[in-house]
Amino acid sequence: MFMSLIRILLLSFLLCRAAWAIDSAPAFDDPQLQARYENLTQQLRCPQCQNDSIADSNAPLAVDLRRELRDQIASGKSDAEVLKFLTDRYGAFILFKPPFEARTMFLWLGPGILLLGGLAIAVRIILQRAKLPIEPDSNQETESEHA
Amino acid sequence: MSVELGHFALILAFALAITQAFFGLAGAATRREHWMMAARSAVAGQLVFVLFSFGCLTAAFLRNDFSVLYVAENSNTELPTFYRIAAVWGAHEGSLLLWLSILVVWSAAVSVFNRAMNPAFISKVLGVLGLVSGGFALFIIATSNPFERLIPSVVQGRDLNPLLQDPALAAHPPMLYTGYVGLAVPFACAVAALIEGKLDATWARWTKPWAMVSWIFLTCGIALGSFWAYYELGWGGWWFWDPVENASFMPWLMSTALIHSLSVTEKRGLFKSWTALLAIFAFSLSLLGTFLVRSGVLVSVHAFASDPSRGLFILVFLLACIGGALTLFAWRAPALKSSAGFHVISRESFLLMNNVLLVGAATIVLLGTLSPLIIDFLGLGKISVGTPWFDRFFLFPMLPMLLLLAVGMHANWKQAQLAKMRKPLLMMSGIALAFALLITLVVYSHVSILNIVGETMGALIILSSLYEPFTRWRAKHHLPRAMWGMCLAHLGLGVFVLGVTTVRSYEIQKDLSLGSGKIVEVGGYDFNWTNTRQVRGPNYDATEAEVHILRDGREITVLHPQKRIYHTQTNPMTEAGIDSHLNRDLMVSMGDDLGNGMWSVRLQYRPLIRFIWLGALIMAIGGLIAVLDRRYRVKVPATELAANASTAAARS
Amino acid sequence: MWRYLVPVLIFGAIAAVLAGGLHLKPGCIPSPLIGKPAPVFTLVKVEDPTQQISNRDFIGHKYLINVWGTWCIACRQEHEALLQIAKQAVIPIIGIDTKDDMPSAQRWLSQLGNPYVATGFDPDGRTGIDYGVYGAPETFLVDEHGTVIYKYVGEITDTVWRDSFLPRINNTGNIKDREGTTCS
Repeated sequence: MFMSLIRILLLSFLLCRAAWAIDSAPAFDDPQLQARYENLTQQLRCPQCQNDSIADSNAPLAVDLRRELRDQIASGKSDAEVLKFLTDRYGAFILFKPPFEARTMFLWLGPGILLLGGLAIAVRIILQRAKLPIEPDSNQETESEHA
Repeated sequence: MSVELGHFALILAFALAITQAFFGLAGAATRREHWMMAARSAVAGQLVFVLFSFGCLTAAFLRNDFSVLYVAENSNTELPTFYRIAAVWGAHEGSLLLWLSILVVWSAAVSVFNRAMNPAFISKVLGVLGLVSGGFALFIIATSNPFERLIPSVVQGRDLNPLLQDPALAAHPPMLYTGYVGLAVPFACAVAALIEGKLDATWARWTKPWAMVSWIFLTCGIALGSFWAYYELGWGGWWFWDPVENASFMPWLMSTALIHSLSVTEKRGLFKSWTALLAIFAFSLSLLGTFLVRSGVLVSVHAFASDPSRGLFILVFLLACIGGALTLFAWRAPALKSSAGFHVISRESFLLMNNVLLVGAATIVLLGTLSPLIIDFLGLGKISVGTPWFDRFFLFPMLPMLLLLAVGMHANWKQAQLAKMRKPLLMMSGIALAFALLITLVVYSHVSILNIVGETMGALIILSSLYEPFTRWRAKHHLPRAMWGMCLAHLGLGVFVLGVTTVRSYEIQKDLSLGSGKIVEVGGYDFNWTNTRQVRGPNYDATEAEVHILRDGREITVLHPQKRIYHTQTNPMTEAGIDSHLNRDLMVSMGDDLGNGMWSVRLQYRPLIRFIWLGALIMAIGGLIAVLDRRYRVKVPATELAANASTAAARS
Repeated sequence: MWRYLVPVLIFGAIAAVLAGGLHLKPGCIPSPLIGKPAPVFTLVKVEDPTQQISNRDFIGHKYLINVWGTWCIACRQEHEALLQIAKQAVIPIIGIDTKDDMPSAQRWLSQLGNPYVATGFDPDGRTGIDYGVYGAPETFLVDEHGTVIYKYVGEITDTVWRDSFLPRINNTGNIKDREGTTCS
């Protein structure tokens, strides 16, 4: 029973992606509004088909959320207001780009610190090695200088 | 009956794997030659039994034996024979059996192609591989038995998931797994070297081809998966930064770093402990991928039916394998010292930078993939990390890496004379920039900084990769295969970068409703939707549309996108109509029937998208040529072999 | 030589997270509504489309909001438990029938029995969105001040009712799961 439930769950996820969305609603007349709409729908995670963005999902909830976004953009709301509307209801989970907060700090600063740290170590190693004598090759092959 | 035999063979294979591990490791430790020989025989035996077991499962699929639960859940009498074979690895249990089969084939290869190394070392490698395959065999037997009977039996199976009924996807898992599992060989080599406390140029030269062949398979496997997602899912996406995709990408990044680091160890005897660590990391990430896919800790489309007991088993296995190897590393690596130096500007420096950036890239992907789990684990709620985050942060290490690559390719070992390269490099940069400006301003007439940077990088890398072969050819110098391979692989990367940049910047996608006689323009092409008709496939029914594509009023091609309903699993599937050209793809995908002959349709124009997979293919071919280099096949002089053997004996 | 220990230490930390992750539910979205006022809705009644139902009328009482639909398989499985709960008369249950059509909903209630004091009809799913609903059935517990104190995603069973809802309704403080949102 447990396994069959899980399989149903799994199937529903696969279904999610099999039935990807084609937005059948008409585009905004204003290309700028349309661009905002497309950008927003791509940055939001569908809570129902959780692997897909709201733009890509054909889940009923994604269709409703697209309608909601469309209405709010048309009524002149800013991107920030629209996003607040959604995070007030679904939390930060719905944002594919996590918000910049204390708990997500490591996501925003981590990559930079990591790379700088790595590069600093590499530079140190290179400077150390530059002081050492260059020994003869450990193997005697001469067929290629490179590679 | 053969089903039970298959199960029994699997249990025997497990016993043989343990035998292999024991005699391999203990034989080498006690220098008992007949024990070491026993380890090799155990590999042969294991190969026979695992392949027999795999054959039994395949036979059950071919004869539609629905008294086997796994067959009943993943096959159907209507399923074409080809897909009945592919269905063997279509779900969790069978794919694990494929994993094990491939591992055993790799082990057998190690036990055959090893003349260059001393027997005690090979024995240790086989011992470590025995531990890995024993772990996997036990995992299958204990938690995921594909031979479980279904009593009472059913008359009809539930069919293979329609998404998986595709030639590319049938080939994708074996390809990817060959790469994943192949990384077990460098891993075992690193562990064996750490046990011996000796890791030298001979070791690196012997290990490198294994790492490269795995890398080739990984490259092809990932590219094939991406290609499948692109045309089978039908919506034009080719990479989603899904946790499972990341799980295959991280080992790729790590094994790319490993190959480069192995070069340094081979040529200069440097970076020994680092190379060993990379070999451990690369395989660890491939095991981690297995854990992520099969434990259900992350939400993913590709996830197999997950089960906490399976997750727990793999976790324990991870702890034993990776934890053990890393502990061994902490203990033995300090002994792996090298005293050779190199100039600040030298090939060694560039390769070290390459390694830092590639490992950095892999770590960033790991960070993004695991962070929802970490935050949840710390009780800080739920977050999602998706494309917007990955796209941005993946560029951090990649941009400097591409730039360093374009220059570093020309650096010599020990001390580079880049001064004489200044002029050619400046010239190539100029040409690349001119090319980028031409593309952005003239061809697509739309400018973005990132796009110019990307196009310039791609073009520069292509030119830079061609420079050396070109000058050597002009001077009528011989170019060794390793060099050819390297240049070609880097050229492939340049092609890939060009493809990604262009498709990201200039793709056009339009969602709209279409009906007969309506003509829509996308990217300079006219799409004329004429009619729809019903067609019947072997195990599905479909509505097929006819779309004529015109350029400047002249017909180029006719596309036939389909909307399929499979008989057993009745979910609708989209088969996109694609017209592909080297310079662009045109794609038509059908959405929903809106009534009155109207359909919701997605039309796409994707410039240079083929370059993405073409680039990957060139990279793989480059790797293949490099691996065929003479030096990997030359027998090591007997004196060196004897010296190795005596030092190894003295150490152990 | 401590730096040679760094890899194994990092791996240890990752393994700890993975081990912890085995018991977490990655797809379960914690409701941001917990501790906030329940969104006010006024909807047409399924039982009698000429009338309306609003949760404003329930201020001063604890009540449950159960979101369901006739298209939802788990809702059917849950229905029997809801009927039992309604029989105990511990707390009123307001139904919200979301993304549905009226005749099917009315047939459902007349055939399977009606555990709700009233059911609001939410055909376009807007009330569902206000409540952050993403997978029916979902059940919200609202206190006397109109504050959402608990959300349960998935099918309510006898055990769930006894362990997760009753202690919160009766303020016995004997709550097994401290989270504001639980998924089945």
